[in-house]
Amino acid sequence: MGTENKRAGIKGAFLNNIRKYTMLIALVGIWVIFTFLTEGIFISPRNLSNLFLQTVAVGIIAVGMTLVIVTRNIDLSVGSIAAFTGAVGAFLQVKLGWPAHSAILVALFSGLLIGVWHGFWIGYRLVPAFIVTLASMMIFRGAVMGITKGATIAPLSDMFKAIGQNYVAPNISMFIGITTVVAYIIFELTRRSKRVKYGFTVTPIFLELVKIILISAAVSAFFMILVHNRGIPYAVLLLMFLTLLFHFIAQNTVFGRQLYAIGGNPDAAALSGVNIKKRIMALYMVFGVLTAAAGIVLTARLNAATTSAGQGMELDVIAASVIGGTSLMGGEGTILGAVIGALIMASLDNGMSLMNTDITYQYVIKGLILLLAVWVDIATRKKS
Amino acid sequence: MSEYVLEMQGIHKEFPGVKALDDVTFSVKKAEIHALVGENGAGKSTLMKVLSAVYPFGTYRGNILIDGEEKKFKSTRDSEQAGVAIIYQELALVRELSITENICLGSEIASAGIIDWNESFLKAQAALKQVGLNVNPTFPVSYLGVGEQQLVAIAKALSKEAKILILDEPTAALSGEESEKLLNIIKNLKEKGVTCIYITHRLKEVFDIADRITILRDGKTIATHEKKDLDEKKLIALMVGRELVNVYPRRSHTPNGVLFEIKNWTVFDPDINKTIADVNLTLRKGEILGIAGLVGAGRTELVMSLFHTWGRISSGKVYLEGKEVSLKDAKDAIAAGISLASEDRKRYGLVLLDDIKKNISLASLEKISTINVVNVNEEIKGAEQYVAQLKIKTPSIEQKTVNLSGGNQQKVVLGKWLMTKPKILILDEPTRGIDVGAKSEIYNIINDLVEQGVGVIVISSELQEVLGICDRILVMHEGHFTGEMNFQDATQEKIMYYATGGTGEYGHGK
Repeated sequence: MGTENKRAGIKGAFLNNIRKYTMLIALVGIWVIFTFLTEGIFISPRNLSNLFLQTVAVGIIAVGMTLVIVTRNIDLSVGSIAAFTGAVGAFLQVKLGWPAHSAILVALFSGLLIGVWHGFWIGYRLVPAFIVTLASMMIFRGAVMGITKGATIAPLSDMFKAIGQNYVAPNISMFIGITTVVAYIIFELTRRSKRVKYGFTVTPIFLELVKIILISAAVSAFFMILVHNRGIPYAVLLLMFLTLLFHFIAQNTVFGRQLYAIGGNPDAAALSGVNIKKRIMALYMVFGVLTAAAGIVLTARLNAATTSAGQGMELDVIAASVIGGTSLMGGEGTILGAVIGALIMASLDNGMSLMNTDITYQYVIKGLILLLAVWVDIATRKKS
Repeated sequence: MSEYVLEMQGIHKEFPGVKALDDVTFSVKKAEIHALVGENGAGKSTLMKVLSAVYPFGTYRGNILIDGEEKKFKSTRDSEQAGVAIIYQELALVRELSITENICLGSEIASAGIIDWNESFLKAQAALKQVGLNVNPTFPVSYLGVGEQQLVAIAKALSKEAKILILDEPTAALSGEESEKLLNIIKNLKEKGVTCIYITHRLKEVFDIADRITILRDGKTIATHEKKDLDEKKLIALMVGRELVNVYPRRSHTPNGVLFEIKNWTVFDPDINKTIADVNLTLRKGEILGIAGLVGAGRTELVMSLFHTWGRISSGKVYLEGKEVSLKDAKDAIAAGISLASEDRKRYGLVLLDDIKKNISLASLEKISTINVVNVNEEIKGAEQYVAQLKIKTPSIEQKTVNLSGGNQQKVVLGKWLMTKPKILILDEPTRGIDVGAKSEIYNIINDLVEQGVGVIVISSELQEVLGICDRILVMHEGHFTGEMNFQDATQEKIMYYATGGTGEYGHGK
């Protein structure tokens, strides 16, 4: 019985890991297919750099959306709010001549206030998030039209634009890349030694090293590609930073852990001392700021605030989150998964554009992939 | 024709890595009440799921014969048509729909897709009559108590002309009186020719109603006996494979000093029009205080209201170690050292999707954190400590709690509250639906805590449990305490007297 259990444990862990990496494997598959179909253009450093840049806005919001969905909530208003906060920044900078950094700070702050508004209605007044954010979707789309007066606000100052369009110099990029890899290796090794000190069983050192080498190689390759093409885009650097930060928050902070408990079983969480109202409020506040940050990146990349910016974005974001393994039933989902989901969505857009696929098919294919991804997730989940 | 209405022969069923059923043989005679007993995880529920085709033909090995004829059920519908009906532990009724709609659900009386409501009502009424339930069938099921809902579920099964009725722990959530009523109905059904397979942990009920008893242990059939050949002690020995010396390990405690007091506690919930009126309670250090009473007496509501998770209007004072404390929510209570393990572990206890580790640490996250960052190593250490201490059976602390048996789930909940290092531990029905072995382990854990000076309040509907482990017993009836006694003076009859509303000194006139 004992050995059987153990074997089941190993088999279970294996299945679990396969599931964890399904979407990563799917992403690589999509890249391989597009590389063949575009005769190598897709995999060129220039295109990949572009692809990463295209991922940023959806990626940043998907990071926060994952936590929102984990708590059994949703946010349909992110497209409107990204457009609104971007327009606020652009308006202050272009029309009122504010310096870019002040304009951006005010834009982020407006995102925070919107978060308070959502947190109040969802957390304290218990109106379903679907309705609250559907209302906001309309309200802030209207507000965007009000600010822009139906016209495009452009052009932005160089400093504002830089967030969406500029690159960290290649030699500094190189430095950042090397630092990241070294920091990662040190992190893994200290974690291991701490576990040994606590007397826990750890994975065999051989497997641990294989894992470290594989991940280091992948991260190095990622940085090499970017260094080859003018360096790391500022926006991509921002997404990387936010991904790591929120991965940490989700896994290792009281706040993050309690969000998962709220989504998994709100009654049990409340009885275990989790203040659900406060946590939902804090989550939507953080999410408001994240959405505003994405709005600024979006505006900076387009070098303009437009009335139609971010339309339909909420669907890409939710799709990214769900493709990344977030369960709409709550309690399950990972930040890294959501970013991979965002990369999958952006890869489909990018690849099909390179191939000049008719826009009709682009939507159809994206829709089918979303359906397929979630089905695969459910099917593999049942088995394990 | 065979004398057996049901024969299950050589049933094997495996889950990844686990042999749930290993060559199980199970035969039931026509119109008998056949009890199926065993510890949690012995395979009782799995066997019944094989029979009712929740696990369809092909996912198990072995034969199922009904009236001597081999059956290969592909879906629960097939098994229903063959006359097998199962009443689950968790009731499978739609609370928002009416009793009629529930009874007819899945077998609607309709022509061309349009429901004939008059016929449906007649059918529902006839079915309710069979189980002796006198309620208006147009009422929503949510209006009924758990016991009555149980009867509706049985009525539903009967209306589908069930020949074999499987009852899985039907009395787990019922009060003594309701249980008795249910058992009588089952006896009546037997006289009408319905065969019953009865799964329970309450051995008293087994000896009350069963004709024959089959014991499962670790997925194997241990034995099938006529009731007259067994007694409680023998049966327990067959279930656990060893002689249990005493299920209730009585240890002498020396309570000293008042730890916790509730004074003039009054709570009202206008939604269900229920009141806890002017309740006073004192808990001493190192003491097990039992709160007995019938289901619905307000015991759960009393302790939930301390955490402000029940009731809307409350007044009264709470004193901890002589000082008044104000508890605004569960967080305050936990911080003050009061922990409450709820009666409903799936609803209020566990995050089922999460693993053992995360469930155990959930209420102590802030304790093992610096500036809100959780020390994951401390978390693992804590989880492993309680898994070992509470003897939770699991391959790893990363096992999802949804995959654990009831007894192990309950231990995870206990582990969560032990990790908060409580001064006062309130346990609401701590051993509901778990097997004898796990029960006595839980009693030992409680005794250990009390020896360390923790004050424990145990709410239990099992009289024997209250009598067996508590130092002092309070009895609640309709929202207030009607009796108090030391365990030396307590008897089942005395507790029952107060629980049913008796006042004054028991045995001294009325």
